[in-house]
Amino acid sequence: MKFARPKRKIVTEATQTFTFTRRAMVVGGLQGAFGLLLAGRMAWISVAQNEKYNLLSESNRVNLTLIPPRRGWIIDRNGRPLANNRTDFRVDLIPERVKDADATIRNLAELLALEPDEIGRIREELDKSPGFRPVQVADKLTYDQYAAVSVRLPDLPGVAPSQGFSRYYPAGASVGHLLGYVGAASAKEYEERKNPLLITPGFKIGKDGLERAFDTELTGKPGAKRVEVTARGKIVRELTTRPDMPGNTIRLTIDAGLQEYAGRRIATQSGSVVILDCHNGDVLAMASMPSFDPNSFSDGISHLEWEMLSKDDHVPLRNKTLQGLYPPGSTIKPMVALALLEAGVHQSETVNCPGAIRVGNTLFHCHRRRGHGAVNMRSAIALSCDIYFYQMAQRVGMDRIAEMARRVGMGQKFPLPFPSQSYGTVPDPAWKLKKYGQSWQVYDTVNATIGQGYMLINPLQMAVMAARLATGRQLIPNFIHGAERPEPDSVGATEEHLVVIRDAMSAVVNGGGTGGAARINIPGVLMAGKTGTAQVRRITMAERAGGVRGNASLPFKLRDHALFQGFVPFDNPRYAVGCIIEHGGHVNRIEDAPMICADTLSYLFDPKKAMEKLETLEKGWGGTPAERLTRQTAAFRLSKAMETGEVPASATSNAAQAANATAPTAPPAEEDGDAPPPASSPTGTP
Amino acid sequence: MSIVPQPISEFPWRVLLLLLAIAAFGTVVLYSAAGGSMTPWAINQIIRFIIFSVMALALSRIGVETFARFAFPAYAAVLIALIVVELVGGVAGGSQRWINLGFMQLQPSEFMKPVIVLAVARFYALLSVGEIRRWNAIWPALVLIGVPWALVLIQPDLGTATMIAAGGITVMFLAGLPLRLFIGSALTLAAIIPIAFSFLHDYQQKRVLIFLDPESDPLGAGYHISQSKIAIGSGGLFGKGFLKGTQSHLDYLPEGHTDFVFATMAEEWGLVGGVLLICAFMLLFRWGLRVSLRAQDKFARLAAAGLTTTIFFYVAINLMMVMGLAPVVGIPLPFMSYGGSSMLTVMLCVGIVMSIDRSSRRPARTGNWS
Repeated sequence: MKFARPKRKIVTEATQTFTFTRRAMVVGGLQGAFGLLLAGRMAWISVAQNEKYNLLSESNRVNLTLIPPRRGWIIDRNGRPLANNRTDFRVDLIPERVKDADATIRNLAELLALEPDEIGRIREELDKSPGFRPVQVADKLTYDQYAAVSVRLPDLPGVAPSQGFSRYYPAGASVGHLLGYVGAASAKEYEERKNPLLITPGFKIGKDGLERAFDTELTGKPGAKRVEVTARGKIVRELTTRPDMPGNTIRLTIDAGLQEYAGRRIATQSGSVVILDCHNGDVLAMASMPSFDPNSFSDGISHLEWEMLSKDDHVPLRNKTLQGLYPPGSTIKPMVALALLEAGVHQSETVNCPGAIRVGNTLFHCHRRRGHGAVNMRSAIALSCDIYFYQMAQRVGMDRIAEMARRVGMGQKFPLPFPSQSYGTVPDPAWKLKKYGQSWQVYDTVNATIGQGYMLINPLQMAVMAARLATGRQLIPNFIHGAERPEPDSVGATEEHLVVIRDAMSAVVNGGGTGGAARINIPGVLMAGKTGTAQVRRITMAERAGGVRGNASLPFKLRDHALFQGFVPFDNPRYAVGCIIEHGGHVNRIEDAPMICADTLSYLFDPKKAMEKLETLEKGWGGTPAERLTRQTAAFRLSKAMETGEVPASATSNAAQAANATAPTAPPAEEDGDAPPPASSPTGTP
Repeated sequence: MSIVPQPISEFPWRVLLLLLAIAAFGTVVLYSAAGGSMTPWAINQIIRFIIFSVMALALSRIGVETFARFAFPAYAAVLIALIVVELVGGVAGGSQRWINLGFMQLQPSEFMKPVIVLAVARFYALLSVGEIRRWNAIWPALVLIGVPWALVLIQPDLGTATMIAAGGITVMFLAGLPLRLFIGSALTLAAIIPIAFSFLHDYQQKRVLIFLDPESDPLGAGYHISQSKIAIGSGGLFGKGFLKGTQSHLDYLPEGHTDFVFATMAEEWGLVGGVLLICAFMLLFRWGLRVSLRAQDKFARLAAAGLTTTIFFYVAINLMMVMGLAPVVGIPLPFMSYGGSSMLTVMLCVGIVMSIDRSSRRPARTGNWS
């Protein structure tokens, strides 16, 4: 009220009209000014800042997705695929396009033979889905199923059949350790490479073996797809698509058929077989069994499957060929003999084998307690006489033997495309002094001569040794078909000496020696080889007094390793082989190293016959490795379920029986004079 | 005298054509917003426009005196409706802004926008000339405005409350109250805004804060403004072309057919479309203010200018909101935004202004002072 009192203007009708007119003009002016302001603001956003907002609008609208490149194939020397990409047919439902859900699902269930619980899952997901996100109906379909759905599409609105690619290894477990497997990149791998491709759904990288070593070559260039998407992520249409560039094909020296054969022929044993081409060192087969199935690894292995594999005493997760180190046992005797020849020992010189000799304070036994009598080099190798080598090695000294061992590839690390490689030891006086600070003793020489003590070798090295003894050339194993290689150096042995060794090794197999089981049933092809037994336990004097326990009566882990190395044909070597059967103990002649080698090599000469034999044998083993693995998994799953109480106890005994039935107990070893008898020296055996 | 018969020459052709142009443009934009379809919005919008135009023409046949006479009763009725809404809302819980009449949902706060103008205009028309600079000229108007303003604010509907207050105060200003009152009030308001801010609801506070910095939360509460600016900004000078707007068609722009219809339009028609639309609205306001200047009695001129300004507030608040100059308050753009309530209100305003126009064009019965 105070504001009005001091100076009150005289307001009349006329002044009020005038005030109104003036103020209405002000209001109009303000409105006009506002209009200009708004137009100016709009011009600022749409013209001055047009570029910025255009960019934002485009990044809203366009979604760039990478198309994972198809992985390059891995093929064998004959072009047969070892790893390829299987077209993965699948069918999805786009919920918002489905007209009659019940009828559609009923139709699909009939076409694809869906299980009732699958149908339940589809219905449930269909109810929950936000509409545009596809609901998977089925994947890994056959082409026929895919085609059956595709031709009925007009009657099935909302059904979306599509195809992608997944890695496929036709030979399954046989190539597990050779090729490795693929899988989605881990967070760590993405950190290292920072490639957005690694986190693209569906993209997989090599995780192990050759898949990992050649990952860069096998990975192609990704394609890209620009799609228009709505705010809720629904794809409206494809704008542009750049196709992917598949990765390069890698051609290996591996013979796919031989590789699979070798893997299957190892039977129920835990072991490894390597076959080399004697002409150039190409690796034709490199099997380590049992193995994992790279197909299931590439799809993502279940926790259960992993647990089963890691608990198995046959260590399916270890690549025995490259990471397993074993005492070579008597398989090095031909190499030692070559060193003896080089040192001037004549092949006809004889040594009397009384069954045991005393070296220092210790009594060293021959594997044959009664002794071999007088033996020369040929019969010492053929009969695997330990005493001959004890005596001769002492005469020439360890250094000459160790030097020859290195020349035939022992202790050598080869340039191989594998992430890890164990390469063993060739002991000599200098090595022992450096490693243990102790001087070399005569008994060290004696132990080393028969491949025990510090001497360690991996299966690949054993095959290399066989190939180098066979050819006299320092062949280097190689996996890449047609790789350029320098002419290999000579082992340094004369042809005359090599002939002596080959002849003696032939006698092992064909001349009544210890390797008769390795005789090869191909006319005109004679196998040469050398058996070996590597002891994994110490035989006490007390046990020896009461009789050495047979391998068959020992727990698996305490049985001797069984080894074999050799080549065919003995007079003109073409293929060399190395084989180790972990804890084989020579208890089962059919599943022992010599016969496994002979059968595997015979595949190279007569695949049909070799295959017939294998198929007959596999019936006794409970089927192919894949079948056995499936059954093992089922039994393991059942026993797991039992443990957690998901299955009543009554099923327990059945499951246990089923499990037993799948792992047939080794048939009793056939009595055969060729089979090397059990070990009989403190540390050394034939 | 022209040869055109009087009823036809009296017909407000020019303003009707202007409104038809704006509404037709709105229909075209809604057609595009629906992905190139007359349903569900465009067809409804044009039908409503025709119905409400007929209603506005019918209103224009009513004399100004009738509106003056019914100003207070109408005000009382709407006020009671507002209270009823508040009571019903209190029972139902949450923010209720309408009464369900069965056949339609009545939103009384919407009617308060023109009714407050009529009521305040009526009040000043009744006030004797000498009283205008007295306290008696102020407090009744403040009560008239304050009660509905408070009722709408607690609904809560900040946008409508602001429009009610702005409409009423505009009439007070035009009525000739001392200028220093308005200047003083503006300064006081500036001082108490921070305090008032703390009384706002959480979501209202958030809207204000996001308005001040929309990029701080581009995917959350700032999403509306960010996407609206992207739509307008990416339209450029001439727009992306009819039916080619990506922001609206791919659903990035929320409320692209209602409150943010201007952004939908600007994306496809660019700055050219926007400026044309703003000009069309300016022509409408110019017509309204000229009617008010021509009007013979006090109620008529205050009502015409006030109602015009009410339409102006719709346009100004909506455009400022869409362009990121005001917080998101939910005020639609007249004739463009899809919705019946707002079009009904605006057409009521237009109808009354037409009636004022019509009566001022008739031969003067009581001395023509303009």
